[in-house]
Amino acid sequence: MTSATLIGQDTEPWTARIRDVGFWADWAAVIGLVVLVAVFGVLNPTFLSIGNIESMLVAAAILIVLAVGQTFVVATAGIDLSIASTMTLAAVVFGQGFLHGWGVPLSALAAIVAGGLVGLINGVLIARGRITDFIVTLGTLSAASGAALILADGKPVTVINGFMLRLSTNGIGILGWSFIIAAVVAVLAHVVLFHTRFGTHVFATGGQPEAARAMGISTQRVKIGVYMISGVLAGLGAILLVARIGAAEPAANTAFLLNSVAAVVLGGVSLFGGRGNIVGPVVGALLLTALVNGLTLLGVSQFYQPLSVGIVVVLAALLTRYQR
Amino acid sequence: MTTPDGLDIQDTVLLDCEHVSLSFGSVRALVDVSIHARQGEITALVGDNGAGKSTLVRCIAGIHRSDDGYIVFDGEKINFHSPEDARRAGIETVHQNLALIEDLTVWQNLFLNRELVRRLGPIALLDRRAMQQKAREMVATLAVNVPAVKSRVRRLSGGQRQAVAICRAAGFSSQLVIMDEPTAALGVQETARVEELIIKLRDEGHAVLLISHNFAQVMRLSNQIWIMRAGQCVGGRRTAETTGEEIVALITGAQAQ
Repeated sequence: MTSATLIGQDTEPWTARIRDVGFWADWAAVIGLVVLVAVFGVLNPTFLSIGNIESMLVAAAILIVLAVGQTFVVATAGIDLSIASTMTLAAVVFGQGFLHGWGVPLSALAAIVAGGLVGLINGVLIARGRITDFIVTLGTLSAASGAALILADGKPVTVINGFMLRLSTNGIGILGWSFIIAAVVAVLAHVVLFHTRFGTHVFATGGQPEAARAMGISTQRVKIGVYMISGVLAGLGAILLVARIGAAEPAANTAFLLNSVAAVVLGGVSLFGGRGNIVGPVVGALLLTALVNGLTLLGVSQFYQPLSVGIVVVLAALLTRYQR
Repeated sequence: MTTPDGLDIQDTVLLDCEHVSLSFGSVRALVDVSIHARQGEITALVGDNGAGKSTLVRCIAGIHRSDDGYIVFDGEKINFHSPEDARRAGIETVHQNLALIEDLTVWQNLFLNRELVRRLGPIALLDRRAMQQKAREMVATLAVNVPAVKSRVRRLSGGQRQAVAICRAAGFSSQLVIMDEPTAALGVQETARVEELIIKLRDEGHAVLLISHNFAQVMRLSNQIWIMRAGQCVGGRRTAETTGEEIVALITGAQAQ
C-alpha cells in the first residue's frame, strides 16, 4: 500500500539512513562544519580558543546576513549576483551620509533604503520586464559598483564613531553584537519563510510557477519581494561591514558574492528553487568562515583560500544531486 | 432521483452559458455556444481536439472573458476578471496539470493561497495546526486514497495527486467543480478510484463539469452531455437517452443535430 510506505519514511532505522547518500546531502553543511572544526581543532589548539571562536562568529556575521537574503532569492529559482555590489553601494551611501553629518541612525537608514531600492529595481526588471534573473543582477552588479565609485569619487570615508566601534567589538559573552544581529535576522527569516503566507508563496513560486499562478498567487509580487529582502539585507550587511573595517570603501567585495551563493548551496538549498531552509545557509556561512580562519591559523598562504572555498562548494553542489 | 426532463429546470440549473462567443484575432474559438449544467449532476463536455472545450471552460473559470453572450452562475450574470473571482464565487477548476506544488505538503497545497492565519497585531502567522486539522477533515470526507496530509506531493502517485487536486476543488464550499481530463494520465485502477471520487462529489451536491476524451467514462459518469465541434456546440443529450455511437457521430460531424 502506497500510503503505508509514505508513513514509513520517518521511521526508517538510522543505520539505513547513514547508508543513504541523500542523508549526507541534506546535512552536508553541518557535517562539513563538524569535520572542519575537529580537524582544525586537532591541528591547532588556538582554533578552538574562546577568543578565536568569538572572532570567527563576528567574521561570519556579514556572510550570514547576505546568505539569508540570497536564500530567499534562490528559493524562487532566482539568483542575486548583485548582492555584494549592493552592499558596497549601501556602505558608500552610509559613508557619505556620515561624512555629511547625518549621524549614524540616519546614515544606517539611508544604507538600508539604498539596498532596498537596488532590490526593487532587480525585482521589477525580473518580474515585470521578464528578463532572466542572471542577466538583470549581472547588470546591477556592475551598475551598483559603478554607482558606488561615482558616489564616493573612488575614495574611502573613515567612519570613527563610538556606536559603530561597539557594534563590531562588544557583545554579550562570546557573542559579538554583529553576530547577534545576524542571528536575529536568521530567526526572523526562518519565521517569514515557514510561518507566513509569503514564505509558502516563495516556495510555490520557485517550485511550480505555473501552478502558483493558477492558484492566484502573484509570482511577480513574490519575485519583487525576495529581491527587496535581499537588497535590504545587503544594506544591513553594509552597516556591519562599515563597523568592521571602520571605513566605507567603494571596493568590489566579490568574495562576498561567491561566498553567499556558496553558503546557500552548502546549506542544501536547491538552485532550481522550491525548497530551502535558513539553518543550512547559516551553517554554510559558518563553515566557510571557519575554513578560511583555520587555514590562516595553520599558516597556509592566503592564495589557497579561494581555491579551497571553490573545492568545498563544488563538492557540496555534487552532493545536492543526491538530495531527497 | 433526477428531475424529469423539462420540469423545473430553472430550479436546478446552476450554470447557464448563453450565446457565448470568443475570438483570438481572426480565430473564432467559440461561436454562439449555449450550454447549461445542473446542481447534483455531472455534465460532460466532449469534442475533438481544438473544438473549443477548454476555451469555454476558461471563460467559465475567469481566465478568458467572452466577446459576446453571457454566463449566468447561481442566478447571477458573471463578470470575472481573474480566476480568483471565479473561485470566490464558488467555481473551482482541477487543472489538467493539477496545479500542485511538488515540494510542498498535501495540506500546504490544499490551502495554497488560502492559508489560515492567526493575527498578532500587524503580523499574520500561519495557523499550521488548524490547516492540518482541516486538511485531514477535507481528505476524510472524500478520501479514497489520499495519503497522510503531511507528506510531500512529490512522493505521491498520479492518482493520489489527482485526489489531492480534487479535494482542494471540493473544499471551500465550491458549487461547481470543473475537471479537465482528470484521468488522462492514470492507470486503470487509479482511474476507477478517481471516478469514485467524482461520483462522491456529485452525490454531495456539487455540480461537476467534466471534459473527457474517454467515451466509456463519459457514458458511465455523466447525466448530461454537450458536444462541441469547431467552436460550436452541436448538440446536447441526456446520457440516459443516447448511445456512444450517436455521440461519436455528432463529434465527427457524421450526424447533424
